[in-house]
Amino acid sequence: MDHPAALSSDLIGRESEVVLFEVERGAIRKFADAVQDQTPACVRGDIAPPTFPTTFRMTIPGVTFDLARVLHGAQEYRYERPLRAGDRVRCRVRVANVYRRKGRLGEMTFLILAMDGTDESGSPIFSGTTTAILR
Amino acid sequence: MTGPVLAARPDQDLDSGSLLPDLRKPPITKMQLVKYAGASGDYNLIHTDDETARTVGLDGVIAHGMLSMAFLGEYLCWLAGPESVRRISVRFVEMVRPADALTCRGRVKERTSVNTGRRLQLEVWAENQRAVRVTVGEAEVEIA
Repeated sequence: MDHPAALSSDLIGRESEVVLFEVERGAIRKFADAVQDQTPACVRGDIAPPTFPTTFRMTIPGVTFDLARVLHGAQEYRYERPLRAGDRVRCRVRVANVYRRKGRLGEMTFLILAMDGTDESGSPIFSGTTTAILR
Repeated sequence: MTGPVLAARPDQDLDSGSLLPDLRKPPITKMQLVKYAGASGDYNLIHTDDETARTVGLDGVIAHGMLSMAFLGEYLCWLAGPESVRRISVRFVEMVRPADALTCRGRVKERTSVNTGRRLQLEVWAENQRAVRVTVGEAEVEIA
């Protein structure tokens, strides 16, 4: 089986491009519908649910892995204010850490990704941290 | 009553250790996983295709961890209002499968006063119909 190259600590600090995402009312409504989230402001599409930044998908050059071998270990979002329909968010994700650790299933690679989103003037709106575990 | 559940609560009901009301979610369906895949952009087929799930050693599809986190996000909005969520941080500790029915639960860890009202540090988790905690974490909300 052909495995992608192992992720190494050389990748720490590597970043995605800055990507502009527009928070669309319809996308909020579709997300709330899938989750069966009954928060009225989310059902209307006015305010994005707290986990909505998961829809902001970006890639970091050199960071590739087999989807079937990755586990989502942990996730955090921190907010200065909620995301609203019509927001234009400048996002970037970077490799905050890569390390190997022995766990129940043998040695695994932990990949920590840090994401941030600002408004167009550069004021922070939210940040996020993803822990991915690669078997 | 559509306002946030916690806003009207007196301080003594939000002391450290206070249990919060539950939010019970309907059982997860395969259709929901397909919809969540589309809405979130997570197209990993282990969540939507049994054949793919079996090739990686699972019995069948498993739910996106982020779906259970989204349930907890809704829980915080229900408790405190969608403008009031400052932080949510979770670990995905057990797999969730179609037909699992999750309940969001929580407890106050700490309450502090801020200019605009009260800031609460919460312990939150989603547990399945067997009372197994599948997604566990903490959150910070601000209420009046």
